[in-house]
Amino acid sequence: MTTTTHRLLGAALCLALGATAACGNDDDDSDAAGPSTTSAESDLEGTITVFAAASLTDAFGEAAEEFMGDHPDVTVELNLAASSALREQILAGAPSDVFASANASNMDQVVETGAAEDPEILVRNALEIVVPAGNPAGVDGLDDFADPDLLIGLCAAEVPCGDFGREALANAGVTPAQDTDEPDVRSLLTKVAEGELDAGIVYRSDVLAAGDTVAGIEIPEDVNVIAGYPIATLTGSGAPEVADAFVEYLLGDEGQAILASWGFDTT
Amino acid sequence: MVRPRRRGRARPPWALVPLAGLALAFLVIPFAALLQRVPWSTLADHLSQPVVTEALRLSLVSAFAATALSLIGGVPLAWMLARTDFPGRSLVRALVILPMVLPPVVGGASLLFAFGRRGLLGGPVYDATGFLLPFSIWGVIAANTFVAMPFLVVTVEAGLRSADRRYEDAAATLGAGRWTTFRRITLPMAAPSIVAGAVLCWARALGEFGATVTFAGNLQGRTQTMPLAVFLALESDREAAIALSLVLVAVSLAVLVPLRDRWLAS
Repeated sequence: MTTTTHRLLGAALCLALGATAACGNDDDDSDAAGPSTTSAESDLEGTITVFAAASLTDAFGEAAEEFMGDHPDVTVELNLAASSALREQILAGAPSDVFASANASNMDQVVETGAAEDPEILVRNALEIVVPAGNPAGVDGLDDFADPDLLIGLCAAEVPCGDFGREALANAGVTPAQDTDEPDVRSLLTKVAEGELDAGIVYRSDVLAAGDTVAGIEIPEDVNVIAGYPIATLTGSGAPEVADAFVEYLLGDEGQAILASWGFDTT
Repeated sequence: MVRPRRRGRARPPWALVPLAGLALAFLVIPFAALLQRVPWSTLADHLSQPVVTEALRLSLVSAFAATALSLIGGVPLAWMLARTDFPGRSLVRALVILPMVLPPVVGGASLLFAFGRRGLLGGPVYDATGFLLPFSIWGVIAANTFVAMPFLVVTVEAGLRSADRRYEDAAATLGAGRWTTFRRITLPMAAPSIVAGAVLCWARALGEFGATVTFAGNLQGRTQTMPLAVFLALESDREAAIALSLVLVAVSLAVLVPLRDRWLAS
């Protein structure tokens, strides 16, 4: 019986001390590469890991599928998180081939260290107020963000959507009475879609991505903040040809059309 | 004649030593690397920031509250699992362990579906009273309890199972009622495992991140515990994040080191 105790405690300790990272395995390492059907036209092959801002989740998911369809020997893996978290991972040496950030500053810091060169603006994205479908709290503008009786969410000041959101609120002269600073834009969107929050500030593309579960309220142009998303191939890429081709694809007509269909401004 | 060796001091087979050493190194090296990054000269400045002191206070309060709640409900639950026989007991045990093995984010989302403003139970309660668990310290405590209580239940159940039941039988034979037997015999015999379980539960609650941020949100001074503060500090101020991590490591070690072998081995 002592062994049982030991075993159970071992498992318990492992979980207690390591949280999920050490003991659980929630990484999805499954290799998405199917049987390699060699195409005569495609000369590209290899696997690239694309680090992209959380707000690009759906658009990059579709673009990666299309790109892999065009190049059967290519696998595009997406690592989606807050741009600032991605920047930290890149600076810490995480293997990555392409970086798409939701703001300039995270890209600038990566460029400064020489990990990326010559970023280009991929898309632009305006901010929008997001409310649960039907707008049960009757929110109609940024002024409502000062109402302590409403449940208000923002992105944390450390991530781009939180930075821009605060800038827009400051432009409108509103001091927000928020109830939570969410660590990334998608977790904020989820809480609004679930009706747990009355309103939040996210990107226009996020409102579109959430579909019928939420509604968007425009932020007037004179106070709105437009995010530019820079993208660059990373200098440490193990497959620079593939990485460059994917970036070009995104900047080209097909890629831009996909991004536009997800609510991004591709002017 | 062979002399009996002293128990517990047996020499290991040599092959085990390097493997044990490797395993230990793997567990310890990351913390050594963390220590090597600590900005010692500015440490005091970082740790006196309100964001740190408020997060530490919230973490300690919610971890202790979660441990207290887990003791109140978890010890009886462990007793049920160890001492009674009912149909579906292994299913119940599996359900109790579930929060230990699931990603905490899943736990947090499930808590939201149950106790959120539009949740199964949370909805009617909110409509009737206006009380809301998410975005408050109560939500943090609920998330911590949900994730940490299984550690206590599992540990105490194992302790109860390994305890010699003849003492309980003797007490019953001598006329002690069931409640007296539980209070005077069972509880004292299970005490080491209860202490060990409570410490593990507390330590798990202190480090809770995923369920807390998903269910209770993140607001400095209200729901931002140490792990949340570390996560966000990593995105803006790495030195502050490392200083915060050092505090978590120190506090956890201070609690875990006194956890004696005896308690783990019962």
